Amino acid sequence: MAKVLMKGNEALAEAAIQAGCRHYFGYPITPQNEVTAYMAKRMPEVGGVFLQAESEVSAINMVYGAGGAGARVLITSSSPGISLMQEGISYIAGAEVPCVIANIMRGGPGLGGIQPSQSDYFQATKGGGHGDYKLIVLAPSTIQEMAELVQQAFHIADKYRNPVMILGDGMLGQMMEPVDFDILKKEENKIEEKPWATTGMGTRSKRNIINSLELDPQVLEKHNIEIFKKYQKAAKEEVRYEMTDCEEAEIILVAYGTIARVAKNAIELAKRENIKVGLIRPISLWPFPEEPFKKTRDHVKAYLTIEMSMGQMVEDVKLAVNGQKEVHFYGRVGGMVPEPMAILEEIKKIRGKK
Amino acid sequence: MAVVFQKTKGLTDTPFHYCPGCTHGIVHRLVAEVMEELGVLDKAIGVAPVGCAVFAYEYFNCDMQEAAHGRAPAVATGIKRVHPDKIVFTYQGDGDLAAIGTAETVHAAARGENITVIFINNAIYGMTGGQMAPTSLIGQETLTTPYGRKPENNGYPIKMCEMLSTLEGASYIERVSVYDVKHVLNAKKAIKNAFTAQINKKGFSMIEVLSSCPTNWGMSPNEALKWIKDKMEPYYPLGVYKNTLEEVKQNG
Ligand SMILES: Cc1ncc(C[n+]2csc(CCOP(=O)(O)OP(=O)(O)O)c2C)c(N)n1
Ligand code: SF4
Ligand SMILES: [Mg+2]
Repeated sequence: MAKVLMKGNEALAEAAIQAGCRHYFGYPITPQNEVTAYMAKRMPEVGGVFLQAESEVSAINMVYGAGGAGARVLITSSSPGISLMQEGISYIAGAEVPCVIANIMRGGPGLGGIQPSQSDYFQATKGGGHGDYKLIVLAPSTIQEMAELVQQAFHIADKYRNPVMILGDGMLGQMMEPVDFDILKKEENKIEEKPWATTGMGTRSKRNIINSLELDPQVLEKHNIEIFKKYQKAAKEEVRYEMTDCEEAEIILVAYGTIARVAKNAIELAKRENIKVGLIRPISLWPFPEEPFKKTRDHVKAYLTIEMSMGQMVEDVKLAVNGQKEVHFYGRVGGMVPEPMAILEEIKKIRGKK
Repeated sequence: MAVVFQKTKGLTDTPFHYCPGCTHGIVHRLVAEVMEELGVLDKAIGVAPVGCAVFAYEYFNCDMQEAAHGRAPAVATGIKRVHPDKIVFTYQGDGDLAAIGTAETVHAAARGENITVIFINNAIYGMTGGQMAPTSLIGQETLTTPYGRKPENNGYPIKMCEMLSTLEGASYIERVSVYDVKHVLNAKKAIKNAFTAQINKKGFSMIEVLSSCPTNWGMSPNEALKWIKDKMEPYYPLGVYKNTLEEVKQNG
């Protein structure tokens, strides 16, 4: 297959199917409706299941059931729908069930708007539901990368028996770009045996139980510690990021997803004025990449985090920079998108400071 | 020596944690016996609720998933869509099924989801210590209706069988009780019909069991059984509410 022109939401759906996902549960919400429409059409063609649930609450619990029963399963939504899923996500993490969840973010809080946003960063990376757990969170910045990360997400979910979240925004979901599915790593599509799944006992002598309840505090503490060992492993093995023009940069921009693309335009504008600006683009938002900050914080003057939020990822940037350099923030919200010229202005303000 | 009675293979050896005189245990045994008799234990996948039966996954001798409060029918849907040829059932209380999980219940039935739901109506929240349930009777005193359930404040108890039997997707709906031997035997027959409906791929089946909670009703086990008969049964008439299955009609 050569390159095909696709919307981000469609590429998300197709990549999941190519990764062996045959079960999709969802509920309509803008700006991710293309996923449900695509899946409704495509799943029957590949012998899979598309089910429109009565709510996101129900849909995420269908995911819990299907993932527990051994299937590669996808659920997608946008911000308000993802809020409704938090109970289920906590159970899924607690019961160690793999699945892939995509949040194509829109502006909030509340019903907010339908324009792109990045204001669910905290919810995605810091918990969202109750209890101590983590999602592995991946943030694509192009539609090609959307396809690649969705495929990797299924692999990572199975590897850790943990939910993985794809965090994109409405822009990425709606825009069209050429995608090449051929170059995706096919070996990751091989689905490994899941001897723990509820498939019916058959000839197995031990019952399989998918569960997050444990009333004995000692055992529950141990369970939490075991889960966190997985997260420690993920923190070593699943860190992903991109660095652009950082070596000689005076100021380094930090941005993820589509905003990283806007940041690259700002870097070009800065170049014309002989200002050396670099970019750190976290691809895994959890685990958050600390390496690129360690590598650059000695020579850089300051960091400037740019988000479509009131300032969420900037907190992780500050943790990574650890007080050694200034960390600035520029954000637009409500569906407004930071513009390259405005970013350049912020850069100049920082340079002007002593 | 002749064997007169044997514990069903459908239950594990884990002792029940239920209070003395609680009928949850009887219903567990019936469901387990039915699965053994139908020969489906090796392909059964059960979903436990949040409620007194939360540990059902310790008792049924088959693969099990533990669901969040009220979400069992959605979890069962996910499982069934992955394994359409396996036997998937939920076991839920009235708070679980008819309050917090009403949407999941109604829509699983509306979709004609080919699962079997065992619904324990004990007119109370057992596990949390005796609060009003959606099925608590008018006048019933509970922790949260200390002056009795009043329609002005709390509305009316929900009749799930009547409600669900209006849905096309429902294939077999029956309300039974377990307050004496005759009714226990009939309850078992009903449960068998429901599982048979699923085996025959007829769609959603549910058996509502009027059940006792002596602990939170503040009664002795015998008084509690009598309360089911005298107080619950008149409001919740026993019987088959939906039966779309010729073969099951003959069974019954
Ligand atoms: C989201 C959520 N809300 C509340 C609870 C607390 N809770 C546990 S069991 C229960 C009621 C159970 O009553 P029922 O379903 O009738 O089962 P029974 O114990 O009577 O068999 C409640 C409210 C919970 N576990 N989760
Ligand atoms: S509290 Fe009630 S329902 Fe729960 S085990 Fe005891 S008697 Fe049974
Ligand atoms: Mg109850």
